[in-house]
Amino acid sequence: MVELSNYLVLGAILFSLGMAGIFLNRKNVIILLMSIELMLLAVNFNFIAFSHYLADIQGQVFVFFILTVAAAESAIGLAILVVLFRNTNTINVGDLDSMKG
Amino acid sequence: MTFEMPDFLLALPEIWVLSMACLVLVVDLFARGRESALAFHLVQFTLLAAAWLSIETQWGVTATTFSGTYVADKFACLLKVAICLLTFLVFAYSRDYLRKRDLLSGDFFLLGLLGVLGMMIMASAHSLLTVYLGLELVELCLFAMVAYDRENRVGSEAAMKYFVLAALSSGMLLYGMSMVYGAAQSLDLAQIAAIAANGESGLLLAFGLTFILVGVAFKFGAVPFHMWIPDVYQGALTPVTVYVGTAPKIAAVALFVRLLVDGLGALHDQWQVMATIIAVGSLAVGNLFALVQTNIKRMLGYSTIAHVGFLFLGFIAGTEEGYSAALFYAITYGLMAAGAFGVVILLSRRGFEADLIEDMKGLNDRHSGFAVVMLILMFSLTGVPGTVGFYAKWLVLKAVIDVNMVWLAVVAVIFAVIGAFYYLRVVRMVYFDRRSDGEPLEASTGLRIVLAGNGLAVLVLGIFPDSLIMACKVALAG
Repeated sequence: MVELSNYLVLGAILFSLGMAGIFLNRKNVIILLMSIELMLLAVNFNFIAFSHYLADIQGQVFVFFILTVAAAESAIGLAILVVLFRNTNTINVGDLDSMKG
Repeated sequence: MTFEMPDFLLALPEIWVLSMACLVLVVDLFARGRESALAFHLVQFTLLAAAWLSIETQWGVTATTFSGTYVADKFACLLKVAICLLTFLVFAYSRDYLRKRDLLSGDFFLLGLLGVLGMMIMASAHSLLTVYLGLELVELCLFAMVAYDRENRVGSEAAMKYFVLAALSSGMLLYGMSMVYGAAQSLDLAQIAAIAANGESGLLLAFGLTFILVGVAFKFGAVPFHMWIPDVYQGALTPVTVYVGTAPKIAAVALFVRLLVDGLGALHDQWQVMATIIAVGSLAVGNLFALVQTNIKRMLGYSTIAHVGFLFLGFIAGTEEGYSAALFYAITYGLMAAGAFGVVILLSRRGFEADLIEDMKGLNDRHSGFAVVMLILMFSLTGVPGTVGFYAKWLVLKAVIDVNMVWLAVVAVIFAVIGAFYYLRVVRMVYFDRRSDGEPLEASTGLRIVLAGNGLAVLVLGIFPDSLIMACKVALAG
């Protein structure tokens, strides 16, 4: 029997990995998008684990909504990425520094 | 389990906005080439009608529908009216600007309208799920609007930064929500409030609370989650900046009140400390960084952060007066910020954004009427007695003093005095600095009328603030 806490720890690890990916990555914007997805999936893990152990269906319904919204979000993120690449010819995180202050 | 038919009439404002958004989408498709005039007027009509519908159907009732995920009450109603009217004002500013730059199309207004729908849903949310969906609807529209000028390098960079940081904060908020769900065993805010009040499963709730507060603070743009504000304000087109800077701030108040007051209000002691750090940090960073800016949009961005710090004082107090003061602050700040950016739009023309503070020089020589409008707005943002900004600041300060946090009020006032410097510098440039090329303004009559009306509204609210203060109090009293 896998305990609830095991799932929560797994979710926390995935979430931290996603967050670390956003803060540590200085190279590629696409990796940022991947990290964001990872964070949202970690949250889904939490919801499903709670939903199962609490025997309450709402958590799993929430997961479906998160998946849908995440898909829409990546679509917009990639669209912005395309626009950005057309204007700057780079998707390097370090090069996004035209505004300062 | 029986299926209960939801009471659709209760959610009439949202249903109306959604239907009209679909209609505008189709209309704009067939009526292109005529500057999308029809789409613009339809959107404006929709906003006014939505405000009226909110008052008609939701003022004075307190009821939930859609299995308890949607609530109609006075608080939601007041927020919706404010959001719709402010967005109406923003769109009125936008049209002229976009037309001059050949960017005018129905998409802009449509995205804005869908964003308004998201904000209205947030205002009426009564479940974690509804809060999240409303929030994401706003954010997705805002991403697209910030990147609206596809040829603009700075704009796309701002959009990318905004996207990554907003998605990060949504992730935090969701992680907090999952913890709260685990602790409360329900997504319903009333249920969560009941669990929070009886004090069991404290650790899980406290954990979730921290993440939720981080997410909410980001949506406000409060320190230390303010990094996106200056870049987005500077990089986006000015009409988009006005949109981002007004109605979503009111929606953020809804987010805070729904999640942390309606839901986790019993844990006020725990989030009060964190909110105090956020407020002091915002006041300091916002005011000090605004001092050294040369770009007026960026300066107003930092000034937003400072105002958010003030707004948080109302939440910190944790009383009904405090929350209503915060709501009053958000609404009046939206009106003042819209006017300040409106002046930037007024001064700009094709190929010249007027986004440097120096571009304000000699406004009095070019048009003394709008110099007065700018004077009123800047005085009001400073909080000079007699203006509406003064009442907003006074109410939040009174709320924290009432709960014996005098030191916090003193800190806030000190930073407000520092903030006066950069607002009054703009006034000095408007009145006392000369400018060699004092060209006449080329803004259209419509824009002039709207801006004058905005200035007048700020002035009138400064003289008669009572009715709005009363409305905010009644809204929070339930």
